[in-house]
Amino acid sequence: MTMAGPHAKTSIPFDVAAVREDFPILDTQVGAHALVYLDNAATAQKPEAVIDAVSHYYASTNANIHRGVHYLSGEATDAYDRARITVAKFLNAAEPRECIFVRGTTEGINLVASSWGRSNLKPGDEILITGMEHHANIVPWQLIAQATGAVIKVIPVTDGGELDLGHLDQLLTSRTKIFAITHVSNALGTVNPVRELIARAKKVGALTLVDGAQSVTHLRIDVQSLDCDFFAFSGHKLFGPTGIGVLYGKAALLEKMPPYQGGGDMIERVTLEKSTFRGLPERFEAGTPDISGAIGLAAAIHYLDKFDHAALAAHESALLNYATEALREVQGIRIIGEAPEKVGVLSFVMDGVHPHDIGTVLDNEGIAIRAGHHCCQPLMQRYKIPGTARASFAFYNTRAEVEQLATALAKVRKLFS
Amino acid sequence: MTDELTDLYQDIILDHHRRPRNRGAMENPSSMGEGFNPMCGDELSVFIKMDGDKIADVKFTGQGCAISQASASLMTLRIKGKTVSEAREAIADMQALLVDEKEPPIAVEERVGDAIALKGVRKFPARVKCATLAWHALASALTGSGKVSTE
Repeated sequence: MTMAGPHAKTSIPFDVAAVREDFPILDTQVGAHALVYLDNAATAQKPEAVIDAVSHYYASTNANIHRGVHYLSGEATDAYDRARITVAKFLNAAEPRECIFVRGTTEGINLVASSWGRSNLKPGDEILITGMEHHANIVPWQLIAQATGAVIKVIPVTDGGELDLGHLDQLLTSRTKIFAITHVSNALGTVNPVRELIARAKKVGALTLVDGAQSVTHLRIDVQSLDCDFFAFSGHKLFGPTGIGVLYGKAALLEKMPPYQGGGDMIERVTLEKSTFRGLPERFEAGTPDISGAIGLAAAIHYLDKFDHAALAAHESALLNYATEALREVQGIRIIGEAPEKVGVLSFVMDGVHPHDIGTVLDNEGIAIRAGHHCCQPLMQRYKIPGTARASFAFYNTRAEVEQLATALAKVRKLFS
Repeated sequence: MTDELTDLYQDIILDHHRRPRNRGAMENPSSMGEGFNPMCGDELSVFIKMDGDKIADVKFTGQGCAISQASASLMTLRIKGKTVSEAREAIADMQALLVDEKEPPIAVEERVGDAIALKGVRKFPARVKCATLAWHALASALTGSGKVSTE
């Protein structure tokens, strides 16, 4: 597995201490402790390059786009359009207009469910998802199923945290109209075999949507090679700003889809009786978009592009292995999600100790983890647990931080024994 | 460990977490109430059996963190044998002890008994709802309104 980014260039050798200096927030003190940030799957921290890009935009470029005849509007429009080109290269999309700026993964999936779903799904049609989806890739489908009479089918998950593909032929059939699957599980870290599954879906004529919220940070993405019809991700998990994300869709499909929201910027001609709509991507970007967010996201992609992505991925993988071994040593800990193909996430439970209590004691040591259901309640139900504690890693985390995590967990064990 | 953490996980809390009192289902309750914390997904049910105006018995079921389990256990001890109006006063006391911005009155601290140990959550805003969950469920059981959410 290699790190995100279309061009693996070897320009800067990987040095975690130097990398940490790019992220001002990593200097935070939490009480008497230096912050140990292990909640990267929830949101990643931002390098100075991203903070500066957003700040610079407001200090020097801010104007509304695609409408002004003045200097600043031209500058802002150029910067916004360049950001889309950067995103298209990052995903290896065939054309920039296939990349729609949205608020995040959630809005991207809602756009597809709402726009494509409403005009294509009929009673009895099937939507296939998996048992390890985030609520963002469940609830939009439930809403559209309710509205259209379509039916949701689910690929189950094994005890080890992999998809149980034993009955795929019964689940993925000519009735399946769309197959929506997470690339990497946010709760388990499992990397799903999406390429093979997309190929299977093609054979039965189903469209495919990949939830890339967790994968963009760890894996190199090539939407043409994956051959997915849609791919959604959030900027804030990719070291970019919150409030911006991307929905990739094949142009031929997007062109046939009705608008998701109506308003300014997405129309050709409006009368009080009716309107006609612009082409891609504007048709799906009603209203003033998050211009600074798009520019910040492009800055994050450029920042990542400076590194040898294989080196980043190797560092992350080594951290995950080290943490997995360290936690296995702590009495009473059970790791949830032990798929052979995993990235970034270490979910666990401790006998007799609720994840929230683990989270509070760790916070007291300056260690930020996530505790709870991770917006995956069906997955928690499947494992018959209320939730897990989850440590999630980015390339700026260190072995020393993993050791602090293990030491703090031993304290949790002692407190509640 | 900091003083705040020691205040949060006092021995009384840890003891009620390890050995919750009155935990388990009740047959033929007079009323039951459910508390749900959508943030963490924790659910708690409180069952009460009335004898005239008195709460003759109270039990709870459900999973949760040390704070919510200890709070539920302490709640049962606090209200068993009390009248409905006394139980409502006990709920109001917990509001004053755990939630209200101003420090709780001395009279409240004296009245709540062992439940004073829950006061430590005041320093942990993210955990206040864990401590109030059982009391919300109790309030729901008293009014017979069924399921309540902490949101």
